Amino acid sequence: MSEVHHNRSVNNSLFDYLLCIGDDLLILGHRLSEWCGHGPILEEDIALTNIALDCIGGASALLQFAGQIECKGRTEDDLAFFREAVEFKNLQMLELPNGDFAFTIARQFLFDTFGYFLYGELSKSTNKELASIASKLYKEVVYHQRHSIEWVYRLGDGTHESHSRLQAAFDELWMYTGELFSVEENHLILLEEKIIPDLTKVKPQWHERISEILSNATIAIMPEEDLYFSRGSRKGLHTEYLGHLLSEMQILARSFPGAKW
Amino acid sequence: MENQDFFDSQLELWEVFLQQEQGGPHTHAGSLHASDAEMALQNARDVYARRGPVFNIWVVPSVMITSTTPDDKGPFFDPADSKIYRHPQFYKVPKGVRNV
Repeated sequence: MSEVHHNRSVNNSLFDYLLCIGDDLLILGHRLSEWCGHGPILEEDIALTNIALDCIGGASALLQFAGQIECKGRTEDDLAFFREAVEFKNLQMLELPNGDFAFTIARQFLFDTFGYFLYGELSKSTNKELASIASKLYKEVVYHQRHSIEWVYRLGDGTHESHSRLQAAFDELWMYTGELFSVEENHLILLEEKIIPDLTKVKPQWHERISEILSNATIAIMPEEDLYFSRGSRKGLHTEYLGHLLSEMQILARSFPGAKW
Repeated sequence: MENQDFFDSQLELWEVFLQQEQGGPHTHAGSLHASDAEMALQNARDVYARRGPVFNIWVVPSVMITSTTPDDKGPFFDPADSKIYRHPQFYKVPKGVRNV
Protein backbone atom coordinates (compact mmCIF):
# COMPACT_ATOMS: atom_id res chain seq x y z
CA MET A 1 0.00 0.00 0.00
CA SER A 2 2.79 2.39 0.89
CA GLU A 3 4.52 1.60 -2.38
CA VAL A 4 1.34 2.40 -4.31
CA HIS A 5 1.10 5.63 -2.36
CA HIS A 6 4.74 6.40 -3.07
CA ASN A 7 4.36 5.79 -6.82
CA ARG A 8 1.32 8.02 -6.88
CA SER A 9 3.26 10.82 -5.19
CA VAL A 10 6.11 10.43 -7.69
CA ASN A 11 3.65 10.59 -10.58
CA ASN A 12 1.86 13.66 -9.22
CA SER A 13 5.15 15.37 -8.74
CA LEU A 14 6.46 14.36 -12.17
CA PHE A 15 3.27 15.61 -13.81
CA ASP A 16 3.79 19.01 -12.18
CA TYR A 17 7.46 19.06 -13.13
CA LEU A 18 6.72 18.22 -16.77
CA LEU A 19 4.24 21.10 -16.88
CA CYS A 20 6.99 23.43 -15.59
CA ILE A 21 9.58 22.56 -18.23
CA GLY A 22 6.97 21.96 -20.96
CA ASP A 23 5.28 25.32 -20.38
CA ASP A 24 8.70 27.02 -20.52
CA LEU A 25 9.15 25.83 -24.10
CA LEU A 26 5.53 26.41 -25.10
CA ILE A 27 5.47 30.03 -23.95
CA LEU A 28 8.94 30.88 -25.25
CA GLY A 29 8.09 29.19 -28.56
CA HIS A 30 4.94 31.29 -28.83
CA ARG A 31 6.82 34.51 -28.10
CA LEU A 32 9.49 33.66 -30.68
CA SER A 33 6.82 32.84 -33.26
CA GLU A 34 5.64 36.45 -32.92
CA TRP A 35 8.87 37.45 -34.68
CA CYS A 36 7.76 35.59 -37.81
CA GLY A 37 7.65 38.18 -40.58
CA HIS A 38 9.19 40.86 -38.31
CA GLY A 39 12.84 39.75 -38.05
CA PRO A 40 15.54 42.38 -38.62
CA ILE A 41 16.68 40.57 -41.77
CA LEU A 42 15.18 37.65 -43.68
CA GLU A 43 17.82 35.17 -42.50
CA GLU A 44 17.33 36.08 -38.82
CA ASP A 45 13.57 35.89 -39.25
CA ILE A 46 14.03 32.28 -40.40
CA ALA A 47 16.50 31.54 -37.59
CA LEU A 48 14.10 32.77 -34.88
CA THR A 49 11.21 30.88 -36.42
CA ASN A 50 13.29 27.69 -36.53
CA ILE A 51 14.09 28.08 -32.84
CA ALA A 52 10.38 28.70 -32.14
CA LEU A 53 9.55 25.43 -33.91
CA ASP A 54 12.15 23.54 -31.87
CA CYS A 55 10.64 24.97 -28.67
CA ILE A 56 7.09 24.05 -29.63
CA GLY A 57 8.22 20.56 -30.67
CA GLY A 58 9.87 20.12 -27.26
CA ALA A 59 6.77 21.44 -25.47
CA SER A 60 4.63 19.00 -27.43
CA ALA A 61 6.77 16.02 -26.36
CA LEU A 62 6.88 17.07 -22.70
CA LEU A 63 3.18 17.89 -22.42
CA GLN A 64 2.22 14.66 -24.18
CA PHE A 65 4.31 12.77 -21.63
CA ALA A 66 2.69 14.83 -18.85
CA GLY A 67 -0.76 13.79 -20.13
CA GLN A 68 0.28 10.11 -20.05
CA ILE A 69 1.63 10.44 -16.51
CA GLU A 70 -1.55 12.17 -15.36
CA CYS A 71 -3.73 9.29 -16.66
CA LYS A 72 -6.81 11.47 -17.17
CA GLY A 73 -6.80 11.21 -20.95
CA ARG A 74 -5.57 14.77 -21.57
CA THR A 75 -3.51 15.27 -24.72
CA GLU A 76 -0.73 17.82 -25.20
CA ASP A 77 -3.25 20.05 -27.01
CA ASP A 78 -5.69 19.85 -24.08
CA LEU A 79 -2.90 20.90 -21.74
CA ALA A 80 -1.71 23.72 -24.01
CA PHE A 81 -5.06 25.20 -24.96
CA PHE A 82 -7.47 24.45 -22.14
CA ARG A 83 -5.62 25.51 -19.02
CA GLU A 84 -5.98 28.96 -17.40
CA ALA A 85 -3.07 31.32 -16.68
CA VAL A 86 -2.84 30.31 -13.00
CA GLU A 87 -2.35 26.68 -14.08
CA PHE A 88 0.69 27.56 -16.21
CA LYS A 89 4.08 26.88 -14.61
CA ASN A 90 6.44 28.59 -17.06
CA LEU A 91 9.14 31.01 -15.92
CA GLN A 92 7.85 34.60 -15.87
CA MET A 93 10.87 35.69 -17.90
CA LEU A 94 9.56 33.77 -20.89
CA GLU A 95 6.10 35.35 -21.00
CA LEU A 96 7.40 38.95 -21.09
CA PRO A 97 6.71 40.72 -24.39
CA ASN A 98 9.51 40.43 -26.95
CA GLY A 99 10.59 44.08 -26.65
CA ASP A 100 13.28 45.00 -29.16
CA PHE A 101 15.63 42.51 -30.82
CA ALA A 102 18.22 42.99 -28.05
CA PHE A 103 15.65 42.04 -25.38
CA THR A 104 14.62 38.92 -27.30
CA ILE A 105 18.28 37.91 -27.68
CA ALA A 106 19.15 38.62 -24.03
CA ARG A 107 16.24 36.48 -22.81
CA GLN A 108 17.09 33.74 -25.29
CA PHE A 109 20.71 33.74 -24.17
CA LEU A 110 19.75 33.45 -20.48
CA PHE A 111 17.29 30.64 -21.19
CA ASP A 112 19.55 28.80 -23.66
CA THR A 113 22.43 28.66 -21.18
CA PHE A 114 19.96 27.49 -18.51
CA GLY A 115 18.56 24.85 -20.90
CA TYR A 116 22.06 23.73 -21.81
CA PHE A 117 22.73 22.70 -18.20
CA LEU A 118 19.17 21.56 -17.42
CA TYR A 119 18.70 19.25 -20.41
CA GLY A 120 22.28 18.00 -20.13
CA GLU A 121 21.56 16.86 -16.55
CA LEU A 122 18.02 15.65 -17.33
CA SER A 123 19.32 13.38 -20.10
CA LYS A 124 20.84 11.29 -17.26
CA SER A 125 17.43 10.95 -15.55
CA THR A 126 16.45 7.56 -14.14
CA ASN A 127 13.16 8.03 -16.00
CA LYS A 128 14.00 6.70 -19.47
CA GLU A 129 11.26 8.62 -21.30
CA LEU A 130 12.29 11.93 -19.73
CA ALA A 131 15.97 11.19 -20.42
CA SER A 132 15.19 10.52 -24.06
CA ILE A 133 13.19 13.75 -24.55
CA ALA A 134 15.92 15.69 -22.73
CA SER A 135 18.73 14.38 -24.93
CA LYS A 136 16.90 15.61 -28.02
CA LEU A 137 16.33 19.01 -26.36
CA TYR A 138 20.00 19.11 -25.39
CA LYS A 139 21.09 18.65 -28.99
CA GLU A 140 18.81 21.49 -30.08
CA VAL A 141 19.79 23.87 -27.28
CA VAL A 142 23.48 23.50 -28.13
CA TYR A 143 22.64 25.12 -31.46
CA HIS A 144 20.26 27.72 -29.99
CA GLN A 145 23.01 28.72 -27.61
CA ARG A 146 25.53 29.12 -30.39
CA HIS A 147 23.07 31.45 -32.11
CA SER A 148 22.27 33.59 -29.07
CA ILE A 149 25.88 33.84 -27.83
CA GLU A 150 27.06 35.19 -31.19
CA TRP A 151 24.36 37.86 -31.07
CA VAL A 152 25.26 38.80 -27.48
CA TYR A 153 28.83 39.43 -28.66
CA ARG A 154 27.74 41.34 -31.75
CA LEU A 155 25.24 43.58 -29.96
CA GLY A 156 27.16 43.99 -26.69
CA ASP A 157 30.48 44.77 -28.32
CA GLY A 158 28.87 46.47 -31.34
CA THR A 159 27.74 50.05 -31.70
CA HIS A 160 26.88 52.44 -28.87
CA GLU A 161 23.18 51.92 -29.57
CA SER A 162 23.30 48.10 -29.74
CA HIS A 163 25.36 48.01 -26.54
CA SER A 164 22.99 50.25 -24.59
CA ARG A 165 19.93 48.35 -25.79
CA LEU A 166 21.44 44.99 -24.80
CA GLN A 167 22.62 46.33 -21.43
CA ALA A 168 19.11 47.69 -20.76
CA ALA A 169 17.64 44.30 -21.66
CA PHE A 170 19.87 42.43 -19.19
CA ASP A 171 19.17 45.03 -16.50
CA GLU A 172 15.44 44.43 -16.95
CA LEU A 173 15.70 40.63 -17.16
CA TRP A 174 18.07 39.97 -14.30
CA MET A 175 15.36 40.08 -11.59
CA TYR A 176 13.68 37.10 -13.31
CA THR A 177 16.77 34.86 -13.15
CA GLY A 178 16.52 34.23 -9.38
CA GLU A 179 14.15 31.30 -9.76
CA LEU A 180 15.80 29.51 -12.69
CA PHE A 181 17.50 27.04 -10.40
CA SER A 182 15.16 26.95 -7.43
CA VAL A 183 13.88 23.50 -6.48
CA GLU A 184 10.20 23.34 -5.60
CA GLU A 185 9.19 21.49 -2.45
CA ASN A 186 6.78 19.26 -4.36
CA HIS A 187 9.62 18.18 -6.67
CA LEU A 188 11.92 16.98 -3.88
CA ILE A 189 10.62 13.43 -4.24
CA LEU A 190 11.85 13.47 -7.87
CA LEU A 191 15.25 14.57 -6.68
CA GLU A 192 15.41 11.64 -4.27
CA GLU A 193 14.52 9.25 -7.08
CA LYS A 194 17.19 10.88 -9.29
CA ILE A 195 14.51 11.66 -11.87
CA ILE A 196 15.55 15.32 -11.85
CA PRO A 197 18.98 16.80 -11.07
CA ASP A 198 19.83 19.04 -8.13
CA LEU A 199 20.00 22.32 -10.02
CA THR A 200 21.34 24.28 -7.07
CA LYS A 201 24.64 22.51 -7.81
CA VAL A 202 24.48 23.60 -11.45
CA LYS A 203 23.77 27.27 -10.73
CA PRO A 204 27.43 28.25 -10.08
CA GLN A 205 28.44 26.73 -13.44
CA TRP A 206 25.66 28.64 -15.19
CA HIS A 207 26.64 31.85 -13.44
CA GLU A 208 30.29 31.42 -14.33
CA ARG A 209 29.44 30.75 -17.96
CA ILE A 210 27.16 33.73 -18.48
CA SER A 211 29.51 36.03 -16.52
CA GLU A 212 32.37 35.09 -18.82
CA ILE A 213 30.36 35.62 -22.00
CA LEU A 214 28.77 38.88 -20.82
CA SER A 215 32.12 40.21 -19.71
CA ASN A 216 33.55 39.50 -23.18
CA ALA A 217 30.51 41.25 -24.62
CA THR A 218 31.23 44.28 -22.34
CA ILE A 219 27.88 43.82 -20.57
CA ALA A 220 27.67 44.33 -16.80
CA ILE A 221 25.67 42.04 -14.50
CA MET A 222 23.87 43.50 -11.51
CA PRO A 223 25.29 42.50 -8.13
CA GLU A 224 22.88 40.00 -6.54
CA GLU A 225 22.61 41.69 -3.14
CA ASP A 226 21.22 44.88 -4.68
CA LEU A 227 18.29 43.26 -6.32
CA TYR A 228 14.74 42.10 -5.80
CA PHE A 229 14.17 38.74 -7.48
CA SER A 230 10.74 37.79 -8.78
CA ARG A 231 9.53 34.34 -7.72
CA GLY A 232 6.53 32.05 -7.84
CA SER A 233 6.37 31.08 -11.54
CA ARG A 234 6.35 27.38 -10.74
CA LYS A 235 3.35 27.90 -8.45
CA GLY A 236 1.35 29.70 -11.13
CA LEU A 237 2.20 33.30 -10.25
CA HIS A 238 2.56 35.31 -13.42
CA THR A 239 2.91 38.78 -14.84
CA GLU A 240 -0.04 40.52 -16.47
CA TYR A 241 1.36 39.52 -19.88
CA LEU A 242 0.63 35.79 -19.71
CA GLY A 243 -3.17 36.20 -19.88
CA HIS A 244 -2.89 38.28 -23.05
CA LEU A 245 -0.51 35.78 -24.61
CA LEU A 246 -2.81 32.86 -23.77
CA SER A 247 -5.91 34.59 -25.09
CA GLU A 248 -4.21 34.83 -28.48
CA MET A 249 -2.63 31.38 -28.35
CA GLN A 250 -5.75 29.57 -27.18
CA ILE A 251 -8.57 31.35 -29.03
CA LEU A 252 -8.65 29.09 -32.07
CA ALA A 253 -8.68 25.84 -30.11
CA ARG A 254 -11.36 27.22 -27.77
CA SER A 255 -13.57 28.70 -30.49
CA PHE A 256 -13.43 25.56 -32.63
CA PRO A 257 -12.78 22.64 -30.26
CA GLY A 258 -11.25 19.68 -32.07
CA ALA A 259 -10.57 21.76 -35.22
CA LYS A 260 -8.22 20.06 -37.67
CA TRP A 261 -6.37 21.45 -40.66
CA MET B 1 20.02 57.89 -53.73
CA GLU B 2 17.34 56.13 -51.73
CA ASN B 3 18.24 52.88 -53.43
CA GLN B 4 21.85 53.35 -52.41
CA ASP B 5 20.79 53.71 -48.74
CA PHE B 6 18.70 50.60 -48.97
CA PHE B 7 21.60 48.65 -50.44
CA ASP B 8 23.87 49.79 -47.60
CA SER B 9 21.50 48.48 -44.94
CA GLN B 10 22.01 44.92 -46.17
CA LEU B 11 24.77 42.80 -44.72
CA GLU B 12 27.47 41.31 -46.95
CA LEU B 13 26.49 38.68 -49.49
CA TRP B 14 27.75 35.09 -49.08
CA GLU B 15 27.45 32.00 -51.30
CA VAL B 16 26.46 28.71 -49.70
CA PHE B 17 27.71 25.27 -50.78
CA LEU B 18 26.28 22.08 -49.28
CA GLN B 19 27.87 18.64 -49.19
CA GLN B 20 25.22 15.98 -48.81
CA GLU B 21 27.45 13.02 -48.00
CA GLN B 22 31.01 12.46 -46.94
CA GLY B 23 33.34 12.56 -49.95
CA GLY B 24 30.67 14.07 -52.19
CA PRO B 25 30.95 17.43 -53.94
CA HIS B 26 29.93 20.72 -52.32
CA THR B 27 27.21 22.05 -54.58
CA HIS B 28 25.96 25.62 -54.73
CA ALA B 29 22.70 25.97 -52.78
CA GLY B 30 22.13 29.74 -52.96
CA SER B 31 23.20 32.95 -51.27
CA LEU B 32 22.43 34.89 -48.11
CA HIS B 33 23.33 37.98 -46.10
CA ALA B 34 25.60 37.87 -43.05
CA SER B 35 28.03 40.16 -41.22
CA ASP B 36 30.70 37.52 -40.57
CA ALA B 37 31.61 33.90 -41.29
CA GLU B 38 29.97 32.44 -38.17
CA MET B 39 26.70 34.27 -38.91
CA ALA B 40 26.92 33.07 -42.52
CA LEU B 41 27.33 29.45 -41.36
CA GLN B 42 24.42 29.74 -38.93
CA ASN B 43 22.19 31.40 -41.52
CA ALA B 44 23.15 28.77 -44.09
CA ARG B 45 22.15 26.08 -41.61
CA ASP B 46 18.81 27.79 -40.96
CA VAL B 47 17.99 28.74 -44.53
CA TYR B 48 19.37 25.84 -46.57
CA ALA B 49 20.26 22.90 -44.34
CA ARG B 50 17.29 22.33 -42.07
CA ARG B 51 15.56 19.94 -44.48
CA GLY B 52 17.25 16.95 -46.02
CA PRO B 53 20.63 15.37 -45.35
CA VAL B 54 23.63 17.69 -45.07
CA PHE B 55 27.11 16.56 -44.09
CA ASN B 56 29.08 19.77 -44.44
CA ILE B 57 28.58 23.48 -45.30
CA TRP B 58 30.94 25.92 -46.99
CA VAL B 59 30.25 29.66 -46.98
CA VAL B 60 32.26 32.01 -49.19
CA PRO B 61 32.00 35.81 -49.45
CA SER B 62 30.43 36.46 -52.84
CA VAL B 63 33.06 39.14 -53.61
CA MET B 64 35.74 36.42 -53.51
CA ILE B 65 34.23 34.71 -56.53
CA THR B 66 35.60 35.67 -59.93
CA SER B 67 33.26 34.82 -62.74
CA THR B 68 33.42 34.64 -66.53
CA THR B 69 31.24 37.01 -68.55
CA PRO B 70 28.93 36.16 -71.48
CA ASP B 71 31.66 37.55 -73.79
CA ASP B 72 34.01 34.78 -72.62
CA LYS B 73 31.70 32.12 -73.99
CA GLY B 74 33.49 31.55 -77.31
CA PRO B 75 37.15 31.54 -76.26
CA PHE B 76 36.51 29.75 -72.95
CA PHE B 77 33.97 27.10 -73.73
CA ASP B 78 34.26 25.95 -77.35
CA PRO B 79 34.81 22.25 -76.79
CA ALA B 80 37.22 20.06 -78.74
CA ASP B 81 34.60 17.47 -79.59
CA SER B 82 36.81 15.81 -82.23
CA LYS B 83 39.12 14.31 -79.58
CA ILE B 84 36.86 12.03 -77.62
CA TYR B 85 39.63 10.77 -75.34
CA ARG B 86 39.74 14.25 -73.78
CA HIS B 87 36.33 13.68 -72.21
CA PRO B 88 36.11 11.82 -68.92
CA GLN B 89 33.20 9.78 -70.30
CA PHE B 90 35.76 8.09 -72.61
CA TYR B 91 37.19 6.20 -69.63
CA LYS B 92 35.47 3.44 -67.69
CA VAL B 93 35.38 3.75 -63.91
CA PRO B 94 36.33 0.52 -62.12
CA LYS B 95 33.60 -1.09 -60.07
CA GLY B 96 33.76 -0.24 -56.40
CA VAL B 97 34.91 3.36 -56.95
CA ARG B 98 32.29 5.70 -55.54
CA ASN B 99 31.79 9.46 -55.49
CA VAL B 100 33.97 10.16 -58.52
